[in-house]
Amino acid sequence: MNAKGKVHKYGDNVDTDVIIPARYLNTSDHKELASHCMEDIDIDFTKKVKQGDIIVARSNFGCGSSREHAPIAIKASGISCVIATTFARIFYRNSINIGLPIIECAEASEKIDDGDEVEIDFESGIITNHTKNEQYQGQPFPDFLIDIINKGGLLNSLK
Amino acid sequence: MAMTMTQKILAAHAGLDEVKAGQLIMANLDFVLGNDITSPVAINEFHKAEFTEVFDKDKVTMVMDHFAPNKDIKAATQCKQCRDFCHEHKITHFYDVGKMGVEHALLPEKGLVAPGECIIGADSHTCTYGALGAFSTGVGSTDMCAGMAKGKAWFKVPSAIKFNITGSLPKYSSAKDVILHIIGMIGVDGALYRSMEFSGSGLKNLTMEDRLCISNMAIEAGAKNGIFAVDEVTLEYVKGRVDREFKIFEADADAEYDEIYNIDLSQIKPTVSFPHLPENAKTFDEFGDIKIDQSVIGSCTNGRIEDIRAAAEILKGRKVADGVRCIVIPATQAVYLQAMEEGLLKIFIDAGCVVSTPTCGPCLGGFMGILAKGERSVSTTNRNFVGRMGHPESEVYLASPYVAAASAVTGKISQPSELE
Repeated sequence: MNAKGKVHKYGDNVDTDVIIPARYLNTSDHKELASHCMEDIDIDFTKKVKQGDIIVARSNFGCGSSREHAPIAIKASGISCVIATTFARIFYRNSINIGLPIIECAEASEKIDDGDEVEIDFESGIITNHTKNEQYQGQPFPDFLIDIINKGGLLNSLK
Repeated sequence: MAMTMTQKILAAHAGLDEVKAGQLIMANLDFVLGNDITSPVAINEFHKAEFTEVFDKDKVTMVMDHFAPNKDIKAATQCKQCRDFCHEHKITHFYDVGKMGVEHALLPEKGLVAPGECIIGADSHTCTYGALGAFSTGVGSTDMCAGMAKGKAWFKVPSAIKFNITGSLPKYSSAKDVILHIIGMIGVDGALYRSMEFSGSGLKNLTMEDRLCISNMAIEAGAKNGIFAVDEVTLEYVKGRVDREFKIFEADADAEYDEIYNIDLSQIKPTVSFPHLPENAKTFDEFGDIKIDQSVIGSCTNGRIEDIRAAAEILKGRKVADGVRCIVIPATQAVYLQAMEEGLLKIFIDAGCVVSTPTCGPCLGGFMGILAKGERSVSTTNRNFVGRMGHPESEVYLASPYVAAASAVTGKISQPSELE
């Protein structure tokens, strides 16, 4: 499985309140949630995001609330992968459970800039920065989680 | 191999003799929680996956607390979806308006969570029940759905940080100051993926309400859970609430910890976390005058009776400053009733506060105290992220009920000693 796209870059501790403000949690409609994605940190995000784009951030991405609406909003915006130094643990499991690809890589988080063209190979964990002609080794998923992902998410894996 | 308290509970619930940090396990759950904003997503998934029944109608709860009493038509629709689902599946513990309270105050109060149990909730502050010596953690709606249907959840076994608690708190210092101090010390990802385990000779000086407040904010340090050793205080609290058998787990004496911190309660001062992260903790000698527009006293962190009493102690015979809105929200119906019987509601109303029915409302910028652009609130809640209580250009300062009440009186962020 691969993902390839243009990068939207953010910093440390991007919390779920800025990813999808609670004032919009009176719906679980994926498109409606996507229409407010990243609104409180990057008001132009929904205008500039394109199908397949990639979010890159620093440490503790997705901290705060357990709202699954956050990875849902990101996925429904067309984002194909989130790269971060670390993810907050609930966001990490929510992403796996709903099938939003994420990958941890400190070097990529540091070196990739906003607007770079980046490609991720999930099996090897290799992240290629086509703009800078660089490669970074990300942390591939353990087999236990690959099994969940391959079965089409948590609920299918439990059937 | 020696195990931490959390590891022992997880091993027991995975049917294993031992587990080690980093191991991925499938655990059996004792209780599964959702609220009016996370449950609808779980219910949608439940139907999509074509599940037909919940694993145990007595072990699933939905609490209508976030946008309830319904703040708008969409919120009403979400609550209705939960209500219909719970009715259809004969869920024993469905808490609607009139019975509901803020979930993490409600569940311990009702005896729905007990020491040694393994609990998930589709709400990040589910870590609160660690106060009782349970393994309890926040998850998302898909995990909630799987938990409701199968009674199981996957976990990566965490390593732990130990907090050795000694001494007792000075007057006007509180459990909130303890946890804000700790988060200030280790940072918002200081305990990422890990357990925070609290033990030591000072535990006996922390009431169950103090412990619930501390465990509640473990997530604000990134922790998977925040768990207290079980002692007399725990057993006294669950007596008369929990009528089923439960098991007490203790960390092995030689359990390994990533780090050990000593926390001397007698050194804890009133602490305020500045915008926009809970780790921006400052004591009063580190800042000057900060005017406020609002003070919120309540939430799953600080809406229990001891919190309401602390706020009333400060507000008794005093007035809320001109230009300040002070919103007091007892976390459950029982707390509300107790506050009424003790005459605390009169103290608040005489002081010029408003007293609300239980709700999470303002804490997450839902309703009942939203901030306008440029406004500032001191709040006993747990998060001060950008836009958390309203406009993205508003500010939230986290503090204890003592500080929130004193600030309401002076109109600037104040500690009770400033009123003397």
